[in-house]
Amino acid sequence: MSQRFFIPRDTTAVAVGANEVANTLAAVLSEQVSEATIVRNGSRGAFWLEPLMEIETQGERVGFGPLFPEDVADIVALSPADRTEHPKYLGKLEEHPWFAGQQRLTFARSGLDDPLCLDAYLSRHGFDGLEHALHLPPEDIVDEVTRSGLRGRGGAAFPAGIKWNTVLQAAGDEKYIACNADEGDSGTFADRLLMESDPYMLIEGMTIAGLAVGAQQGYIYLRSEYPHAWEVMHTAIAKAEAAGYLGEGICDSDRQFHLELRLGAGSYICGEETAMLESLEGRRGVVRAKPPLPAIEGLFGKPTVVNNVLTLAAIPTIMAGGAEAYAALGQGRSLGTITLQLAGNIKNGGLVEVPYGATLRAILDQFGGGTRSGRPIRAIQVGGPLGAYLPEPLWDTPLDYEAFAAAGGMLGHGGVVVFDDTVDMAQQARFAMAFCAEESCGKCTPCRVGSVRGTEVMDRIIARESLDENMALLDDLCETMELGSLCAMGGLTPNPVRSALQYFPEDFA
Amino acid sequence: MDTERLLAQLLCQYENTPGGLLPLLHAVQEDLGYVPPESIPAIAEVMNLSAAEVHGVISFYHDLKTSPVGRHTLQVCAAESCQAAGGRALEHAAQEQLGIGFGETTDDGSVTLEKVYCLGNCACSPSVRIDNETYARLDATGLTALIANIGQGEGAS
Repeated sequence: MSQRFFIPRDTTAVAVGANEVANTLAAVLSEQVSEATIVRNGSRGAFWLEPLMEIETQGERVGFGPLFPEDVADIVALSPADRTEHPKYLGKLEEHPWFAGQQRLTFARSGLDDPLCLDAYLSRHGFDGLEHALHLPPEDIVDEVTRSGLRGRGGAAFPAGIKWNTVLQAAGDEKYIACNADEGDSGTFADRLLMESDPYMLIEGMTIAGLAVGAQQGYIYLRSEYPHAWEVMHTAIAKAEAAGYLGEGICDSDRQFHLELRLGAGSYICGEETAMLESLEGRRGVVRAKPPLPAIEGLFGKPTVVNNVLTLAAIPTIMAGGAEAYAALGQGRSLGTITLQLAGNIKNGGLVEVPYGATLRAILDQFGGGTRSGRPIRAIQVGGPLGAYLPEPLWDTPLDYEAFAAAGGMLGHGGVVVFDDTVDMAQQARFAMAFCAEESCGKCTPCRVGSVRGTEVMDRIIARESLDENMALLDDLCETMELGSLCAMGGLTPNPVRSALQYFPEDFA
Repeated sequence: MDTERLLAQLLCQYENTPGGLLPLLHAVQEDLGYVPPESIPAIAEVMNLSAAEVHGVISFYHDLKTSPVGRHTLQVCAAESCQAAGGRALEHAAQEQLGIGFGETTDDGSVTLEKVYCLGNCACSPSVRIDNETYARLDATGLTALIANIGQGEGAS
């Protein structure tokens, strides 16, 4: 009886012990006579179940987790009929409530196969979108993306089709696709998971973008904190090139698209699109003033599509399944699926992909499982370090760009960082300023100096020195940063500060 | 290979790469452990930049170093997700256990301690990274074990 064992190899699975489980499994299997193979797949993103092991026997695949190496021998020894009795038995993962409650498009393949196996990718509709796009004129590809309602997943939520159309209409033959894989927001890991679990999907999305706007060169700007993603993407690009999905004559057509992976160097601000372009050009990651928009004058001064990993990775689904199917999900102007990343002090942390529109509370109730500490949740920071800290009454806000903005928050890149009731919100407000001081590119004064002064004022507030005066000063400082900063870093740093003050005043009294 | 020849080789490799300064600096650091200040004039000349511009780029990025660092780097995540799960205590524990502050290297040259803002491992916070491996759900005890293992298998020297 031939069996296949799947043990994820992504950063988080390995960080919680997947390699040790895999090594034990290899040792256990080496003593067996029956045929068995170990596949190091990507993770499905249910990190609270990692290290996960799945066993596929005669086409049926069931999971066990979270495992310790000492669990492995017992599980392997079980007959298929006896497996259900094991305390770590999870059944078919697709039917597990944590997955059955999701609607995965972008992460549909994540964790199913060896991420670098091209045949596996092809067998699950990989490159269907590209094959379709190759038969379309550029205008039609852009039109499809526009009609899908896809908006930028990096945080700014700008309509992708409009951006693509600007680049398509821009004069000149030299254009670029720049993928922003500088996922610096704390509480986010969706880009990393996608690159480590389904790298060809990003390659396919970028290639389609190239066909759509007439760009023949793409860059992925990947942060240096993701060494595993680097290895996977690097190999995936080489394999896609060798198989004719990248480079000259894509899929035996006369079209070409070249892709290069570039490494960041530990700077948060390089996730801002113009700072990223500067960095790609080999300079300090200093923000550019807009206009000109990168779509008109971007990388090396040429028209450039700058999109986040998840935006580009959504493209193959849209091209293969059609704009209407994608736009049928979600609500209002937030169409398709949102990728939430449950993080911080959370029991069931991981990646949840659902249509826009559910409330934050519903998602936490259905998937989160409460805090890991077992204490009550007090604050939730949504949208990364520039997002607001939301108190309990605001958890009923629907996950929709406009609804979140109206509530004074932002969805950003979908990070959901949960804090229990031991959190000191004054310290969190101080950190927001200190982080901005550490990571500001330094170009504009409100951000560069404001954040340093903001940290000092917060120190005085924490020490309860001249409270009224310092509160007034902080308010003034926040306003200056909001109105006077060149980019979102300085402009939005007051978000966490102000929300902490507004919703958790008892921590400042 | 001596430093000069290695540098010459890398300069050839990246000379014509568009925006090649950052990949070049990464490559130099990968091979030498840091970017020696004396290499800056040569880098500047080949990349058609001023020495000040090259220095400006090096000083902008946290990752790029101009002096040797420890044989291993321990990065403790200091961002919000880890803070929510005990990261602040872990920051203190790391400094205490190694007897150094952030940005410093142990006397024996084995470990450099750094803060990092997010390792993308946030579902299982708090996290640290040692060289290219990330570790999750750590507390002070777990960190002690990791630190004790740093450099194991390097051989007696």
